[in-house]
Amino acid sequence: MKRQDDFAQRRKHIADLSDQELYDRFWELTAQVVDPLLELGRKNTTPSVERAVLLRMGISSLDTQKIVEGCMDRGLMGHGAGHVVYKVSKEKGVSIREAGEMLAKGEGWDEAAALFKKGGK
Amino acid sequence: MADFKLEPNEKLDVREIMKDLDKYEPRRRGWTWRKHVDNLEMGPFQYKDCSEPLKNGVGLPPAKYFGNIDPQPDPVITTEIASGRFEDDIRRMRMAAWHGADHIMVIRHMGQSHIDGLMEGTPQGIGGVPITRKQVRAQRKALDIIEDEVGRPINYHSYVSGVAGPDVAVMFAEEGINGAHQDPQYNVLYRDINCVRSFVDACESKKILAWADILQIDGAHNANATAREAWKVMPELIVQHAINALFSEKVGIKPENISLSTVPPTATPAPSVYMDLPYAVALRDICDRYKMRAQQNTKYICSSAREATVTHVLNMLISKLTRADIQSTITPDEGRNVPWHIYNIEACDNAKQTLLGLDGLMEMVELKEDGPLRDKAREIKERACLFMEEILEVGGYFQAVQEGFFVDSAEYPERNGDGIARQIEGGVGYGYIFEREDDYMAPVTAHFGYNNVEQYGGDSADPAALIGGCTFEDRDKIVYIDELDEEDCVDLRFEKVKKYLDGEAIKPEMEWCADGTIMITMCIPTHVRAAEATALEIGKKLGLEDPEVISKEVLQEAEGTRIEMKGKVAFDVDPNNLEIPPEPHHLDDDTLYKEFSDHPMKVVCGTVGEDEHSVGLREIINIKHGGIEKWGIKVEYLGTSVPVEKLVDAAVELNADAILASTIISHDNVHYKNMKRINELAIEKGIRDKVIIAAGGTQVVPEEARNTGIDEGFGRDSHGIDVATFLAEEAMRRRGDL
Repeated sequence: MKRQDDFAQRRKHIADLSDQELYDRFWELTAQVVDPLLELGRKNTTPSVERAVLLRMGISSLDTQKIVEGCMDRGLMGHGAGHVVYKVSKEKGVSIREAGEMLAKGEGWDEAAALFKKGGK
Repeated sequence: MADFKLEPNEKLDVREIMKDLDKYEPRRRGWTWRKHVDNLEMGPFQYKDCSEPLKNGVGLPPAKYFGNIDPQPDPVITTEIASGRFEDDIRRMRMAAWHGADHIMVIRHMGQSHIDGLMEGTPQGIGGVPITRKQVRAQRKALDIIEDEVGRPINYHSYVSGVAGPDVAVMFAEEGINGAHQDPQYNVLYRDINCVRSFVDACESKKILAWADILQIDGAHNANATAREAWKVMPELIVQHAINALFSEKVGIKPENISLSTVPPTATPAPSVYMDLPYAVALRDICDRYKMRAQQNTKYICSSAREATVTHVLNMLISKLTRADIQSTITPDEGRNVPWHIYNIEACDNAKQTLLGLDGLMEMVELKEDGPLRDKAREIKERACLFMEEILEVGGYFQAVQEGFFVDSAEYPERNGDGIARQIEGGVGYGYIFEREDDYMAPVTAHFGYNNVEQYGGDSADPAALIGGCTFEDRDKIVYIDELDEEDCVDLRFEKVKKYLDGEAIKPEMEWCADGTIMITMCIPTHVRAAEATALEIGKKLGLEDPEVISKEVLQEAEGTRIEMKGKVAFDVDPNNLEIPPEPHHLDDDTLYKEFSDHPMKVVCGTVGEDEHSVGLREIINIKHGGIEKWGIKVEYLGTSVPVEKLVDAAVELNADAILASTIISHDNVHYKNMKRINELAIEKGIRDKVIIAAGGTQVVPEEARNTGIDEGFGRDSHGIDVATFLAEEAMRRRGDL
């Protein structure tokens, strides 16, 4: 978009604001800009968010992407990749790390997918 | 946790740092500010804006006149070090810390922002360093040792961005990183990473940074570096700062850990302070809750290190007139090559020198409360406010990005239509955003957003309890990976430079161990193109490898060109074959004052023979030049062209303790003949046992002088302190006190 400088016109409604009022207005507008962005973060996840979850669960960085890809392939991302590992470890009675290593090797995915079908939603 | 201590006179062997890295634990989390000291007294001075001094450091060159004081200004001083080989950067970090840097920033390897997941091992980087756990641990561990040595905590910093931002944030939190760049707008605008993805990732990254108490720096200054006419993006800069800052605060980062990366937008020959100061005031008015990291303008930086330095100083004037909590430095060679060791150090010294020079300024001056400064600042704030309004009008941030709102070269609300536009449904990582289901769960600490741990009886305040704690509670759960590539790793690089690391050979170095790079500054008396060709020819004849002209400045079109040329030397120097002359031996001031107070000494002196030179001897005796009078020696100066007989007679007459003869002219060895004659005359007159005889001059070799029978000779580069030390010690020897 090209536009001439229409500052003189555009500023009319803020021209008489005190510095404090201008400050308050600016931050109020900023809050309106960022609030929906935060909401997106609350409701969604991404491969990197899930890898970062897996890392904190003690899974090797060499395995995190493989597990996330397994989740994406089977439509499990919405449950959380960490959740998948957690549930598999409980189900199999193995440690989180062992469950992660297994999934990273491509093993146990059918059972993992089944666990989430059974569990409803 | 530092398992070895550095000695100031010993080199840091990075191979030692690399040992047992798998067991290394960072000693602390979080950012450290300098500790301000009210009215700090150092040497003869009192400082208003300075912080606790260092235990070890290198002061500014003139510090030697003031007892080697090295005051440290209040702002944290940043230096960026990333040559591509992290192991060589460690030694540079030590040098920088000694010169006052306490915030060390590591630029990432080019392309790392598009890698899905963490990099591991120690590959060599391009345009920066591949950031890996091993590399981070090694540098953090080295900085632990270096901070003990200099006596001040050092903040270590890198980047949380790209498509693996949250992964990197986790690793940084685990490894004790203290500062990080994090700004999703940077991903969107400059890395073309999908905008939704960038913000979802940023929520997680920022939550992790908040947990680790890491200071966050934003990326808004890049708009300045990218826009065609940088000063016109001032309103947008404020908008970008505000979006990232408030977004971060709402995720949970405390305001004092949110730092804006701010750059004075323009540079000379523009009237830069007049243009930049209102912007700096407007930004600090609006973003008063947050910290300011003041960066130098790099948009217009050229290859002249001098010019870059002046811009830096002008930018720091603005820091001083407004506020800077962190003063970043740009190496003055940034415009010509990957920064060299020496320029990191120059940059740190530039910051220290400028901030010390301006110490206390704001007790004496203040910014005017009305007039063009406040008018312009208000205008910038209004333009920023209108920008934010229009973002909302078009439907929010993503829509504004899609419509090319950002990095347009016109001053908002004017638009040139050349902004960077990114599609909401496009860019790297598009299509990889997944809505969380009702049972979505992540059993870890510092996870942002919806997290149904309750379904397993978990506690939303401590989700990681479900797995008995995550790596943030239990370090033993961290998986440390050593190397992935046996060909591209630090051990192989160490092997290649072993003899240099072992101290068996020396080569000059600008970036990497034994790179051999040197720089030559020349005035070539011809026009610029011929000067460049001439310089390269000189480089070849000197035997330099890869000579390259890195800076050309016209002195006058026809008369001459200032050339700076780099090249590599092909040979080693063997340190075992070096002839290192002994260090001059000097008594300290107190000893000298006491000696000449307890045992007063009178000296007769003059320039002997047919010789009208007077400067050298005056420098030796005159208190103004640090001469021997300073320590209480009484001097009888007889002038120039003094016959040697007159000098000795004066010594007899005045009952002098010593004779000092200056002998500059040396043809036919007349200088030694005169010394011999003085000695003989002193014996003839029966005063030789009492009087000390010394002579000096540019052509005097001390040993030859002593061979003439006098007590000592002083050659080129002798100073008052050398003569005073000799006189004191000779007098002590004669008394039997030494």
